[in-house]
Amino acid sequence: MLTKRIIPCLDIKDGRTVKGVNFVQLRDAGDPVELAKVYSEEGADELVFLDITATVDKRKTLAELVTKVAMAINIPFTVGGGISTVEDVKVLLNAGADKISINSAAVKNPSVIDEMAREFGSQCIVVAIDTRDVDGTDYVHTHGGRKPTLLQTQKWAKEVADRGAGEILLTSMDHDGTKAGFANEITAEISSALSIPVIASGGAGTMPHFKDVFTFGKADAALAASIFHFKEIPVPSLKEYLIGEGISIRK
Amino acid sequence: MKIAVIKYNSGNVQSVLYALERLGANAELTDDPEKILKADKVIFPGQGEASTAMTYLKARKLDQLIREIKQPFLGVCLGLQLLCEHSEENNTDCLGIFPVKVKRFIPENSQEFKVPHVGWNELENLADNPLLKSLPDTQFLYYVHSYYAELSEATIATTHYIHDFAAILHRDNYWAIQAHPEKSSTVGEKLLSNFLSI
Repeated sequence: MLTKRIIPCLDIKDGRTVKGVNFVQLRDAGDPVELAKVYSEEGADELVFLDITATVDKRKTLAELVTKVAMAINIPFTVGGGISTVEDVKVLLNAGADKISINSAAVKNPSVIDEMAREFGSQCIVVAIDTRDVDGTDYVHTHGGRKPTLLQTQKWAKEVADRGAGEILLTSMDHDGTKAGFANEITAEISSALSIPVIASGGAGTMPHFKDVFTFGKADAALAASIFHFKEIPVPSLKEYLIGEGISIRK
Repeated sequence: MKIAVIKYNSGNVQSVLYALERLGANAELTDDPEKILKADKVIFPGQGEASTAMTYLKARKLDQLIREIKQPFLGVCLGLQLLCEHSEENNTDCLGIFPVKVKRFIPENSQEFKVPHVGWNELENLADNPLLKSLPDTQFLYYVHSYYAELSEATIATTHYIHDFAAILHRDNYWAIQAHPEKSSTVGEKLLSNFLSI
C-alpha cells in the first residue's frame, strides 16, 4: 500500500538551516547536510530544502550544497527558492536534486510550468502555493506570503496541475507558525479535485495534527520544519504514533 | 570490479552514481560500447519518456548492445520498462528482454488513486533470488511512475497500487527494478549491493 509521506523542510540561508516563525524571526538550526543525514536515518520519507535568500549570485552555492546533500543521503529531496528558469532547474537537477519547486516565478509566468514539465518531466516539478484567506476567499500569495495576488487558490491549483506540475506543495499562511494544526479544509478540497499529490504545509504542532491532515485533509504528504528541527516531535515517534492510528506509513 | 552505468538521454543518473559511490563501487557513466562490454556489471538507469529514449538508444546502436550483454545487467525505473517488449507510453516497441507489456495505470477512482504513483510502497511476494537476499524486515521502496510492467513469469517481487504490478523482474543475466533503489534508503542500498555481489 502506498504510504503517506513525512517531510521535514530545511530553510536555508547562507548555507545554514533556519526556520522563520511566520517567516520573520530566524533561528539557526544547524548544518543542512548533517541535518539531512539525521532525518534520512530517522525515517523521514523525503526532504525539502528551501533557499530563502536565493539570489542570482547565490545559485552556485546552492548547487554545491545540493551536490553535498545528494552524495550524503539515500532518500529523495526537493529544492526550492528563487527558481525561475529552465536553466535554474537544469543546474539543480544536474547537481543531484530529485525535484525542484517553483512558486512566485510560476505566478508571474505560468507557462514556465509547461516548459519545465516538458523538458524534465512532471515528476520533478513541484509547484508551491502559499495561500491566505482574505474575507472568506482563498487567494494565492507570493514573496514568502507577503504579497497578495488576484489568483483564487483552488483555481490556480487546478491550472498548475493542468500545465504539468507533478505535485503541489500547499502552505497555508494563516496556519504557518501557529502550531494549531494544518489547513485541512482547503487541503482536502484541492487534493480531492486534482489527480496529482498534495503536500500539506503550515501549522503542524502536535502528532494528531498529522493524523488529521492525512484523514480529513486527504493530504498525500505532510511537511513541517521547526517541530522537527527542535526535536519537539521526533520523526520516529511521529511515525510510530501514526501507524498506531491506522495511517499507512513507511516503517 | 568495474560498473558501467549506461549514458543516454535520461534524467537524474547522478543519484545512481552517488549511491554506487556510497557502496564503494567503481562506477563510470558511459556510452562507449567497448567500456560497457568490458565492465563486470552494467546498470541501465532512467527517468523520462519511453519513445524518446528508444529513438536515442537505436540511433547509437545501444539497443543491440544491451541485447548482447552477458554480464549481470540491472535496469532501473524507465530502464525496467525499456527492457520489456512494448510500452503503452507513445506506443513504443522496446528491447524485448522481458516478454512483458508495459501499461499505464488507470485509476478506477481518481480521488483515491493518483497517477503517477509517487512515494514509498512495499515489496510483496518475494521470490528466492540472489537480488532479494537478506533484505531488511520491511521492504519499502520509493516509486515515481505512471506506467508499470504486467505480472509475468519473470516477476520476482510485486507491489500493489490499484492492482499488483511487477516491482522486480529477472531473466537470465537481466534484472530490473521499477522503484528507485538509489533513493530507497537501506532497502534500496541492499538491493544495489546484492546486485554488485551477483
